[in-house]
Amino acid sequence: MGIVSRGFGGRRSSRAVNLPPGQYLVEDFPVLSAGPTPLVNLGSWTFTVRSETGEAQEWNWAQFLALPHESITVDLHCVTKWSKLGTAWEGVSLDTLLSDVASSAEFVLVSAYGGYTTNLPLEDLLDGKAWVADRYDGEALSPEHGGPARLLVPHLYLWKSAKWVRDIQLLNNDEPGFWESVGYHNYGDPWREQRYWGD
Amino acid sequence: MSDTWVDGNGLAGALRELFAVDITTARGTCVGCGTVGPVAGARVYTRAPGVVARCPGCGGVLFRLVRGPDRAWLDLRGVTCLEIQVPDSG
Ligand SMILES: [Zn+2]
Repeated sequence: MGIVSRGFGGRRSSRAVNLPPGQYLVEDFPVLSAGPTPLVNLGSWTFTVRSETGEAQEWNWAQFLALPHESITVDLHCVTKWSKLGTAWEGVSLDTLLSDVASSAEFVLVSAYGGYTTNLPLEDLLDGKAWVADRYDGEALSPEHGGPARLLVPHLYLWKSAKWVRDIQLLNNDEPGFWESVGYHNYGDPWREQRYWGD
Repeated sequence: MSDTWVDGNGLAGALRELFAVDITTARGTCVGCGTVGPVAGARVYTRAPGVVARCPGCGGVLFRLVRGPDRAWLDLRGVTCLEIQVPDSG
Protein backbone atom coordinates (compact mmCIF):
# COMPACT_ATOMS: atom_id res chain seq x y z
CA MET A 1 0.00 0.00 0.00
CA GLY A 2 1.67 3.15 -1.16
CA ILE A 3 2.59 6.09 0.93
CA VAL A 4 3.18 8.90 -1.56
CA SER A 5 6.72 10.17 -1.71
CA ARG A 6 6.45 13.95 -1.74
CA GLY A 7 10.02 14.14 -3.01
CA PHE A 8 8.92 14.26 -6.62
CA GLY A 9 7.33 17.64 -6.18
CA GLY A 10 3.89 16.49 -7.24
CA ARG A 11 5.02 15.65 -10.75
CA ARG A 12 3.65 12.53 -12.31
CA SER A 13 6.11 9.75 -11.92
CA SER A 14 5.16 6.20 -12.68
CA ARG A 15 8.71 4.91 -12.46
CA ALA A 16 8.70 5.25 -8.68
CA VAL A 17 5.36 3.58 -8.04
CA ASN A 18 3.75 0.34 -9.00
CA LEU A 19 0.44 1.11 -10.72
CA PRO A 20 -2.08 -1.39 -12.11
CA PRO A 21 -1.93 -1.78 -15.90
CA GLY A 22 -3.32 1.14 -17.90
CA GLN A 23 -3.53 3.52 -14.93
CA TYR A 24 -1.94 6.96 -14.52
CA LEU A 25 -1.20 8.89 -11.36
CA VAL A 26 -3.16 11.93 -10.21
CA GLU A 27 -2.51 14.25 -7.29
CA ASP A 28 -6.01 15.79 -7.12
CA PHE A 29 -9.11 13.79 -6.25
CA PRO A 30 -11.43 13.69 -9.30
CA VAL A 31 -15.16 13.68 -8.56
CA LEU A 32 -17.23 11.27 -10.63
CA SER A 33 -20.97 11.00 -10.26
CA ALA A 34 -23.80 9.32 -12.12
CA GLY A 35 -26.37 11.75 -10.78
CA PRO A 36 -27.02 14.64 -8.43
CA THR A 37 -25.13 14.60 -5.15
CA PRO A 38 -27.62 13.50 -2.46
CA LEU A 39 -27.51 15.73 0.59
CA VAL A 40 -28.20 13.29 3.41
CA ASN A 41 -29.41 14.73 6.72
CA LEU A 42 -27.45 13.15 9.59
CA GLY A 43 -30.63 13.12 11.65
CA SER A 44 -32.30 10.73 9.25
CA TRP A 45 -29.20 8.83 8.06
CA THR A 46 -29.20 5.10 8.65
CA PHE A 47 -26.99 2.26 7.55
CA THR A 48 -28.52 -1.19 7.32
CA VAL A 49 -27.18 -4.70 6.85
CA ARG A 50 -29.86 -7.15 5.73
CA SER A 51 -29.33 -10.89 5.56
CA GLU A 52 -30.69 -13.13 2.82
CA THR A 53 -33.52 -14.12 5.17
CA GLY A 54 -34.53 -10.48 5.70
CA GLU A 55 -33.06 -10.08 9.16
CA ALA A 56 -31.87 -6.49 9.43
CA GLN A 57 -29.39 -4.64 11.60
CA GLU A 58 -29.53 -0.85 11.46
CA TRP A 59 -27.34 1.94 12.82
CA ASN A 60 -28.25 5.61 13.06
CA TRP A 61 -25.52 8.22 12.82
CA ALA A 62 -24.79 8.37 16.56
CA GLN A 63 -24.66 4.59 16.78
CA PHE A 64 -22.37 4.43 13.76
CA LEU A 65 -19.99 7.01 15.22
CA ALA A 66 -19.79 4.97 18.42
CA LEU A 67 -18.49 1.90 16.57
CA PRO A 68 -14.73 1.30 16.65
CA HIS A 69 -13.08 3.24 13.82
CA GLU A 70 -9.84 2.41 12.04
CA SER A 71 -7.40 4.67 10.22
CA ILE A 72 -6.62 3.38 6.75
CA THR A 73 -4.14 4.61 4.14
CA VAL A 74 -4.86 3.08 0.75
CA ASP A 75 -4.39 3.53 -2.99
CA LEU A 76 -7.46 4.22 -5.17
CA HIS A 77 -7.83 3.00 -8.75
CA CYS A 78 -10.68 4.36 -10.87
CA VAL A 79 -11.77 2.46 -13.98
CA THR A 80 -11.54 5.77 -15.88
CA LYS A 81 -7.78 5.18 -15.49
CA TRP A 82 -6.67 7.55 -12.75
CA SER A 83 -5.03 6.27 -9.60
CA LYS A 84 -4.48 8.23 -6.40
CA LEU A 85 -1.98 6.88 -3.91
CA GLY A 86 -1.78 7.08 -0.16
CA THR A 87 -5.29 8.36 0.61
CA ALA A 88 -6.03 8.58 4.34
CA TRP A 89 -9.45 7.53 5.64
CA GLU A 90 -11.18 6.68 8.87
CA GLY A 91 -14.04 4.25 8.99
CA VAL A 92 -15.62 1.15 10.42
CA SER A 93 -14.44 -2.22 9.14
CA LEU A 94 -17.05 -4.38 7.45
CA ASP A 95 -15.78 -7.15 9.73
CA THR A 96 -17.30 -5.13 12.58
CA LEU A 97 -20.51 -4.27 10.73
CA LEU A 98 -21.12 -7.86 9.62
CA SER A 99 -19.97 -9.60 12.80
CA ASP A 100 -23.45 -10.20 14.24
CA VAL A 101 -25.09 -11.22 10.98
CA ALA A 102 -25.98 -14.87 10.63
CA SER A 103 -25.68 -15.66 6.95
CA SER A 104 -24.59 -18.28 4.46
CA ALA A 105 -24.84 -15.83 1.54
CA GLU A 106 -21.94 -15.48 -0.88
CA PHE A 107 -22.85 -12.17 -2.50
CA VAL A 108 -23.85 -8.65 -1.54
CA LEU A 109 -25.67 -5.83 -3.29
CA VAL A 110 -24.69 -2.43 -1.90
CA SER A 111 -27.22 0.41 -2.26
CA ALA A 112 -26.65 4.11 -1.83
CA TYR A 113 -28.70 7.22 -1.17
CA GLY A 114 -29.59 8.46 -4.64
CA GLY A 115 -30.20 4.96 -5.98
CA TYR A 116 -26.72 3.77 -6.99
CA THR A 117 -25.96 0.06 -6.55
CA THR A 118 -22.91 -2.18 -6.87
CA ASN A 119 -22.39 -5.90 -6.29
CA LEU A 120 -19.51 -7.83 -4.76
CA PRO A 121 -18.69 -11.26 -3.39
CA LEU A 122 -19.19 -11.16 0.37
CA GLU A 123 -15.63 -12.38 0.97
CA ASP A 124 -14.32 -9.17 -0.62
CA LEU A 125 -15.85 -7.19 2.25
CA LEU A 126 -14.26 -9.34 4.98
CA ASP A 127 -10.84 -9.87 6.57
CA GLY A 128 -9.81 -6.21 6.69
CA LYS A 129 -10.45 -5.47 3.02
CA ALA A 130 -13.40 -3.04 3.25
CA TRP A 131 -14.74 -0.21 5.38
CA VAL A 132 -17.60 2.23 5.67
CA ALA A 133 -15.60 5.44 5.77
CA ASP A 134 -16.87 8.69 7.28
CA ARG A 135 -13.65 10.74 7.36
CA TYR A 136 -11.13 11.59 4.64
CA ASP A 137 -7.83 13.39 5.09
CA GLY A 138 -8.64 14.21 8.70
CA GLU A 139 -12.02 15.77 8.06
CA ALA A 140 -15.65 14.73 7.80
CA LEU A 141 -16.22 13.16 4.39
CA SER A 142 -17.63 15.78 2.02
CA PRO A 143 -20.81 15.05 0.03
CA GLU A 144 -19.03 15.08 -3.34
CA HIS A 145 -16.72 12.31 -2.15
CA GLY A 146 -19.58 10.30 -0.70
CA GLY A 147 -20.32 11.81 2.72
CA PRO A 148 -21.76 11.28 5.24
CA ALA A 149 -20.29 7.82 4.63
CA ARG A 150 -19.14 5.72 1.72
CA LEU A 151 -18.03 2.18 1.15
CA LEU A 152 -14.27 1.77 0.70
CA VAL A 153 -13.06 -1.38 -1.07
CA PRO A 154 -9.66 -0.27 -2.31
CA HIS A 155 -8.54 -3.57 -3.85
CA LEU A 156 -11.25 -3.23 -6.53
CA TYR A 157 -11.94 -0.42 -9.03
CA LEU A 158 -13.41 2.58 -7.27
CA TRP A 159 -16.93 2.20 -8.69
CA LYS A 160 -17.31 -0.65 -6.16
CA SER A 161 -16.68 1.83 -3.31
CA ALA A 162 -20.23 3.18 -3.34
CA LYS A 163 -20.59 6.80 -2.26
CA TRP A 164 -23.47 7.70 0.13
CA VAL A 165 -23.78 4.09 1.20
CA ARG A 166 -27.15 3.20 2.69
CA ASP A 167 -27.47 -0.54 2.98
CA ILE A 168 -25.88 -3.88 2.24
CA GLN A 169 -28.12 -6.73 1.19
CA LEU A 170 -26.68 -10.24 1.49
CA LEU A 171 -27.74 -12.50 -1.37
CA ASN A 172 -27.50 -16.17 -2.28
CA ASN A 173 -27.37 -15.23 -5.96
CA ASP A 174 -25.22 -12.52 -7.48
CA GLU A 175 -27.14 -9.50 -8.79
CA PRO A 176 -25.34 -7.01 -11.06
CA GLY A 177 -25.33 -3.38 -9.92
CA PHE A 178 -25.59 -0.02 -11.70
CA TRP A 179 -22.45 -0.29 -13.85
CA GLU A 180 -22.00 -4.07 -13.73
CA SER A 181 -25.30 -4.46 -15.62
CA VAL A 182 -24.21 -2.25 -18.52
CA GLY A 183 -20.78 -3.38 -19.61
CA TYR A 184 -18.51 -2.97 -16.60
CA HIS A 185 -16.81 -6.04 -15.22
CA ASN A 186 -18.67 -7.95 -12.54
CA TYR A 187 -15.63 -8.15 -10.25
CA GLY A 188 -13.33 -5.27 -11.24
CA ASP A 189 -9.81 -6.20 -10.14
CA PRO A 190 -7.53 -3.35 -11.29
CA TRP A 191 -4.41 -5.55 -11.20
CA ARG A 192 -6.01 -7.88 -13.73
CA GLU A 193 -7.43 -4.88 -15.62
CA GLN A 194 -10.99 -6.17 -15.35
CA ARG A 195 -12.69 -3.07 -16.75
CA TYR A 196 -15.40 -4.46 -19.05
CA TRP A 197 -17.45 -7.59 -19.57
CA GLY A 198 -15.18 -10.39 -20.73
CA ASP A 199 -11.92 -8.72 -19.63
CA MET B 1 -23.24 20.87 -5.20
CA SER B 2 -21.75 18.96 -8.12
CA ASP B 3 -25.08 18.63 -9.90
CA THR B 4 -23.36 19.26 -13.22
CA TRP B 5 -25.64 17.85 -15.88
CA VAL B 6 -25.79 19.10 -19.43
CA ASP B 7 -28.85 18.84 -21.62
CA GLY B 8 -29.63 15.85 -23.80
CA ASN B 9 -28.19 17.44 -26.93
CA GLY B 10 -24.87 16.32 -25.50
CA LEU B 11 -25.89 12.78 -26.39
CA ALA B 12 -25.98 13.35 -30.11
CA GLY B 13 -22.41 12.35 -30.82
CA ALA B 14 -22.39 9.32 -28.55
CA LEU B 15 -25.62 7.93 -29.94
CA ARG B 16 -24.97 8.73 -33.61
CA GLU B 17 -22.51 5.89 -33.56
CA LEU B 18 -25.21 3.40 -32.58
CA PHE B 19 -28.25 4.78 -34.35
CA ALA B 20 -28.57 5.98 -37.90
CA VAL B 21 -31.05 8.63 -36.85
CA ASP B 22 -30.63 11.60 -34.52
CA ILE B 23 -32.08 10.05 -31.40
CA THR B 24 -32.14 13.31 -29.44
CA THR B 25 -35.38 14.34 -31.13
CA ALA B 26 -37.06 11.01 -30.34
CA ARG B 27 -39.72 11.16 -27.65
CA GLY B 28 -39.54 8.71 -24.77
CA THR B 29 -41.67 7.91 -21.74
CA CYS B 30 -40.08 7.63 -18.29
CA VAL B 31 -40.71 4.27 -16.64
CA GLY B 32 -40.60 5.90 -13.23
CA CYS B 33 -43.07 8.78 -13.56
CA GLY B 34 -44.57 8.66 -17.04
CA THR B 35 -43.13 11.98 -18.17
CA VAL B 36 -43.05 12.11 -21.96
CA GLY B 37 -40.44 14.22 -23.69
CA PRO B 38 -37.63 14.38 -26.21
CA VAL B 39 -34.34 12.68 -25.40
CA ALA B 40 -32.78 16.15 -25.69
CA GLY B 41 -34.72 17.11 -22.57
CA ALA B 42 -32.92 14.58 -20.37
CA ARG B 43 -30.34 15.55 -17.74
CA VAL B 44 -27.12 13.90 -18.79
CA TYR B 45 -24.25 13.09 -16.42
CA THR B 46 -20.98 12.53 -18.23
CA ARG B 47 -18.38 12.78 -15.43
CA ALA B 48 -18.81 9.11 -14.64
CA PRO B 49 -17.62 5.72 -15.90
CA GLY B 50 -20.42 5.96 -18.47
CA VAL B 51 -23.11 8.38 -19.63
CA VAL B 52 -26.24 8.53 -17.50
CA ALA B 53 -29.42 10.25 -18.74
CA ARG B 54 -31.98 11.12 -16.09
CA CYS B 55 -35.63 12.14 -16.29
CA PRO B 56 -36.20 15.89 -15.82
CA GLY B 57 -39.44 15.02 -14.04
CA CYS B 58 -38.38 12.52 -11.37
CA GLY B 59 -34.59 12.20 -11.65
CA GLY B 60 -34.88 8.50 -12.40
CA VAL B 61 -32.38 6.88 -14.76
CA LEU B 62 -33.69 6.79 -18.34
CA PHE B 63 -30.67 5.15 -19.89
CA ARG B 64 -27.02 4.36 -19.39
CA LEU B 65 -24.35 4.17 -22.08
CA VAL B 66 -20.90 2.68 -21.53
CA ARG B 67 -18.23 3.03 -24.18
CA GLY B 68 -15.36 0.54 -24.08
CA PRO B 69 -12.46 0.57 -26.52
CA ASP B 70 -14.17 -1.76 -28.98
CA ARG B 71 -17.71 -2.18 -27.64
CA ALA B 72 -20.54 -0.05 -26.33
CA TRP B 73 -23.40 -1.01 -24.04
CA LEU B 74 -26.73 0.77 -23.95
CA ASP B 75 -29.31 0.08 -21.26
CA LEU B 76 -32.71 1.64 -21.98
CA ARG B 77 -34.72 0.04 -19.22
CA GLY B 78 -35.80 3.42 -17.85
CA VAL B 79 -37.58 4.36 -21.08
CA THR B 80 -40.66 2.87 -22.61
CA CYS B 81 -41.43 3.18 -26.32
CA LEU B 82 -39.19 5.67 -28.07
CA GLU B 83 -41.09 7.56 -30.79
CA ILE B 84 -38.58 8.30 -33.57
CA GLN B 85 -39.13 10.62 -36.54
CA VAL B 86 -38.29 8.94 -39.84
CA PRO B 87 -38.47 10.13 -43.47
CA ASP B 88 -42.00 9.95 -44.90
CA SER B 89 -42.20 6.74 -46.91
CA GLY B 90 -45.50 7.69 -48.55
ZN1 LIG C 1 -39.49 10.32 -14.55
